Amino acid sequence: MREAVRKDNVMIMEAPTLAGRQRQDVQIKVEGVHKRFGTAEDAVTALKDINLEISDGEFVCLLGPSGCGKSTLLNAVAGFSPPTEGRITVEGKDVVAPGPDRGMVFQEYALFPWMTVRQNIAFGLELQKRPLAEIDERTEALMHKLKLQDFRDRFPKDLSGGMRQRVAIARVLALNSPIMLMDEPFGALDALTRRSLQDELLRIWAELKKTIIFVTHSIDESIYLADRIIVMTYRPGTVKADVRVEIERPRDSTRAEFNDLKKYLTSLVMKEQERFAEDEGKLAGLRG
Amino acid sequence: MSKRTLTEKGGRLFRATIIPIIVLVVWQAFSSAHILSPIILPGPLAVIQKWWAYLLPPLPRNPLTESWLSWALSGELPLDAFASFQRVIVGFLIGAGLALPLGLLMGANDKIYRLFNPLIEVLRPIPPIAYIPLAILWFGLGNPPAYFLISIGAFFPMLLNTIAGVRHVDGIYIRAARNLGVNQYQMFVRVILPAATPYILSGARIGMGTAFIVVIVAEMIAVNSGLGFRILEAREYFWSDKIIAGMFTIGFLGLGIDTVMTRINNHLLRWHRGIDA
Repeated sequence: MREAVRKDNVMIMEAPTLAGRQRQDVQIKVEGVHKRFGTAEDAVTALKDINLEISDGEFVCLLGPSGCGKSTLLNAVAGFSPPTEGRITVEGKDVVAPGPDRGMVFQEYALFPWMTVRQNIAFGLELQKRPLAEIDERTEALMHKLKLQDFRDRFPKDLSGGMRQRVAIARVLALNSPIMLMDEPFGALDALTRRSLQDELLRIWAELKKTIIFVTHSIDESIYLADRIIVMTYRPGTVKADVRVEIERPRDSTRAEFNDLKKYLTSLVMKEQERFAEDEGKLAGLRG
Repeated sequence: MSKRTLTEKGGRLFRATIIPIIVLVVWQAFSSAHILSPIILPGPLAVIQKWWAYLLPPLPRNPLTESWLSWALSGELPLDAFASFQRVIVGFLIGAGLALPLGLLMGANDKIYRLFNPLIEVLRPIPPIAYIPLAILWFGLGNPPAYFLISIGAFFPMLLNTIAGVRHVDGIYIRAARNLGVNQYQMFVRVILPAATPYILSGARIGMGTAFIVVIVAEMIAVNSGLGFRILEAREYFWSDKIIAGMFTIGFLGLGIDTVMTRINNHLLRWHRGIDA
C-alpha cells in the first residue's frame, strides 16, 4: 500500500522554492497567545494563554465545543486575525499575514464560483506566475490524485459537497505549502462522504508529509485522524488536555483502545459542552 | 420526437398565445361594432395593415443604385427602429461606460465613496426627463441632447449596482484569496470584479431598460426620426393606427433588446446559482 502511494508521489513535485527548506523539529510555535474581542467592559476573552509547539509533519486536531476558540486559534495561525497578546511563529518567522505557506481549507469550501474546478486549482499557481506548462502539469496531477479529472470544467455549483471539498483540498495542495490548516472541513458532509474524505486526507498526509492543524468538534473524527489531540476549554479558550494518539493506522473505531480514548475525551469535552449549554441558557433567559 | 413532447409543445404554445388572441378578437369585434370612431381606437386589422405599409419600402427598387438589402430596409419603420436602437446603444455605452469605473472606484475605496456619495444621493432621484430643458439649452436639437438624456438614464442604475456589487463581495472569497497569496491588483481583477458581476450585469440590464424609456421621450422632443418621434408625428394627423403600430414596434424592439441582454447575462453568469434559464 505504502509503495503504491510512493510511486504516485512522483507526479507531485516539490516546488523549487521549498526544495531546500530546512526541516525543523518544531515548526509552529504558539507562545502566550491571548485573544480578546470587543472593547473594555463587554470584551470576550476567546483565547487565554495558549502555548503550543507543533512539529513538522504532525497531524494535530483542535477539539472542543462551539465557542472554545478553536477556530479563533486556527485563524490566528493562518494570519487572518492576529492575537491580542503573544506570538505565533512558523519556522522561526512571525506570522503577520495570511500566506500560501499555510494553505487553508474552509468548512464552507470558499471555492471561487466563477472558476471551473481546473481554474480553482490552478489559481494559486497563476498568482505566483509559474510557467504555464508547470501549472498545467501540477493541476492535472492534482485532479487525478483527488479523482476530479472528469469534473475539470464544471463550476462549483454543479458539484456535491464532497466534490467541492476535494477541489478545496487540491487548491491548497497546488500551493505545495508545508502546512495545511483545516477548519471543520468535513462538518457539512454526510457520514459516508466524510469517511472517504478522511481516508483520502490521511493518504495525502502520509504521502506529502504535511503538517496539519484540523479543527473539529467530532471526537471520533479527531481520534480517527490525529497524531495529537488538543482539547480546548469553553470560554476562555485554554488548552485543557494535550493527548497523543498512539493507535496504529488505519484506526478501527470498534476496537477497545479507540473506545477507551473516546470515553476519556468525551468526559473532557462534555464538561466544556455543559458550560457552553449553561451560557446559552442564560442568554436565552436574558432575551426571554 | 415523441408524440408526447409534441403535445406538450402544442400545449405550451397554446397557453402562451391564448390571451393575446382573445384580446385581439375582442378588440376587433369591438371596433367592427363601430361603437368608437376609428380615430379613437382603430381595430387590430387596421393597425396591422398600417404596420405593413409602414414597414414596406416607399419606392420601387432602383437596380442601378440600390442593393436588395438596403431597398428592403428603406421603409419608414426599419429606419425609425434603427435610429432609436442606435441612440439607445450610444447613450447606454456612454452612461454605463462612465458609471462602471466610477462605481468600481467608489465600491473599492471608502474615501472616494464618501467623497462622491453625497452628490450622487442628490442627483440620483432626479428623473432623466427633468434634464430635458437643460439638455436642449446645452446641446440644442438633434442627437447630442438625446445621447445626453439616455446616458443619464443608464448611468445611475449601473453606478449603484456596481458600487453594491463591489461592497457586497462575500468575505469568504477575500479570505480564501488572501490565503492563496493574492496582491491588491490580483484581488481586484480576479476576485472582486468577477464576484461583483451578477450585480453589475443586473445594473446594466436595468440601465438598458431606463435608456429605452428615455430614448422614446427624447425623440418626442429633440429629433426628427425614431419611433418616439414617429408616434408623436402620427398624432398630429390623427393616424391612430400608426400610433398603435409604432407602440407595438417599440414593445417588440424593447423585448428584443432585453432578450439579448438576458442571453448575454446568462452566458456570463453560467457559474452563478439560481439563474433563470
